Amino acid sequence: MKARSRNNMILTIFFSIVSIAYIFPIALVILNSFKKKAYISRKPFEIPTENMFVGLENYIRGIEKTQFLSSFGTSLFITIFSVLAIILCTSMCAWYIVRVHNKFTSGFYYLCLFSMIVPFQMVMYTLSKIADTLGLGNPVGIIVVYLGFGAGLSVFMFCGFIKGIPLEIEESAMIDGCNPIQIYFRIVLPILKPTCITVAILQAMWIWNDYLLPSLVLDLTKYKTLPIAIQYLKGGYGAVDMGAMMGALVLSIIPIIVFYITCQKHIIEGVVAGAVKG
Amino acid sequence: MDKHIKKYFPVFVLPTLLAFTIGFIAPFLLGIYLSFCKFTTVTDAKWVGISNYLKIASDKTFGHAFWYTTAFTVVSVILINVLAFAVAMALTRKIRGTNLFRTVFFMPNLIGGIILGYVWQLLLNAILLNFNRTLTYSSKYGFWGLVILMCWQQIGYMMIIYIAGIQNIPGELLEAAQIDGANKREILQKIIIPMVMPSITICTFLTLTNSFKLFDQNLALTNGEPSNMSEMLALNIYNTFYSRVGWEGVGQAKAVVFFLLVALIAIVQMRLTRTKEVEQ
Repeated sequence: MKARSRNNMILTIFFSIVSIAYIFPIALVILNSFKKKAYISRKPFEIPTENMFVGLENYIRGIEKTQFLSSFGTSLFITIFSVLAIILCTSMCAWYIVRVHNKFTSGFYYLCLFSMIVPFQMVMYTLSKIADTLGLGNPVGIIVVYLGFGAGLSVFMFCGFIKGIPLEIEESAMIDGCNPIQIYFRIVLPILKPTCITVAILQAMWIWNDYLLPSLVLDLTKYKTLPIAIQYLKGGYGAVDMGAMMGALVLSIIPIIVFYITCQKHIIEGVVAGAVKG
Repeated sequence: MDKHIKKYFPVFVLPTLLAFTIGFIAPFLLGIYLSFCKFTTVTDAKWVGISNYLKIASDKTFGHAFWYTTAFTVVSVILINVLAFAVAMALTRKIRGTNLFRTVFFMPNLIGGIILGYVWQLLLNAILLNFNRTLTYSSKYGFWGLVILMCWQQIGYMMIIYIAGIQNIPGELLEAAQIDGANKREILQKIIIPMVMPSITICTFLTLTNSFKLFDQNLALTNGEPSNMSEMLALNIYNTFYSRVGWEGVGQAKAVVFFLLVALIAIVQMRLTRTKEVEQ
């Protein structure tokens, strides 16, 4: 028993060191965000001392160059409303697919499964052209695109869960005079709540961080999401304002970490549930 | 029941169906059609048969990107899964601080590929500075840089799935094995691994497809430098579309080939690992 507790102690120490190493890349970015830009690439590991230290200058330039508030707002808007649209529309659709048996519903189900293995590059060019033709190149229009491209996974996950809900509850509600819309919102949706959270987490992680789809679909002269704004800091030819980059990186990481720490339990449960269903 | 719900088709299915058509079905079908055409916009497409596909064969960058991607995928799938499994085994023992460690290891997943790419560019360039090199000096640096980045990002996610799998193993099974005199290695080989096979299936599937389709991290970390030598398939397709005028058709044909490769890998992998799963 003694040997075992000593082993566990060693493991704790080992993982503590690994954890510190794990946080190190982010800590290094924070450290460099307070340095003059010329020192960032020349003396990356040094602690900013008097003549290297620039206070919040990098942050201010980072905010200006990325138009941080506006791109943060665009990202937030797109993520929240796309996730809401996906949850509402695909869960309703999944319920219909499971409860109505015909060739169309089973065909649609298999099409959703199929869409999950199609890489985005396969449709990126044509999708951006179609979205452009339909005028979807704005933060509202892109919600339709996300609903369409994200539908596969969500419909699949909701179907998996709905198959396990006993039919009797819905049947008795129908005998009591509920129409399908009432049945769905009063009975099915409350039962689906845990799955909704899982789907919301998986989709939000994807949409918030997505770069390629919005960069091809959105009208970039007017709207940028956060990943696009950061990629555009790099500009055309080489020269990057490393100071502004560090500031913008820190500012975009902090909200995610705060969100993660507050919703950690749901996020990890969501990932596990998503993996088991998949 | 069926009939009652059926009338409500426009409410329940139509929004998703329309969006799915715009976001997936139409672009997919149009994409297949365009891969047989020469075009600069969708409206001026001219049918050219399989000549786009023939051009891929003579395009050396695609072949290079394919082998680069394959090597990267093999290395990162093995490393991520072995390390994630090992960490999961250690963190399911009763040691102090497991929750904190899990929190830390999972965190990088929430940060997007573009941001991670630049975070690691800073760190890796800082290390290479000691040797007077940068990440874009040789495609080897880009390769191992990406491997390290992907391990750092994905180990936490896979660890969470493995932990769930390990915790699902009934305690009696492990006790019985111990009473029967099985040693640690036998328990791992004959009980733990077969019992977490569903987790292994899903984790290899996720890492395999994530690595093969990798784009954001590749773009941010090296952007294919030096001279497209660290370019992976997804980035190669992107560059064929958007930085080579007149090659849109070839880009689309590459995308079709890419899709077929991903589909093939996914199906073969699912077949292989599913057959090893045991009934619980």
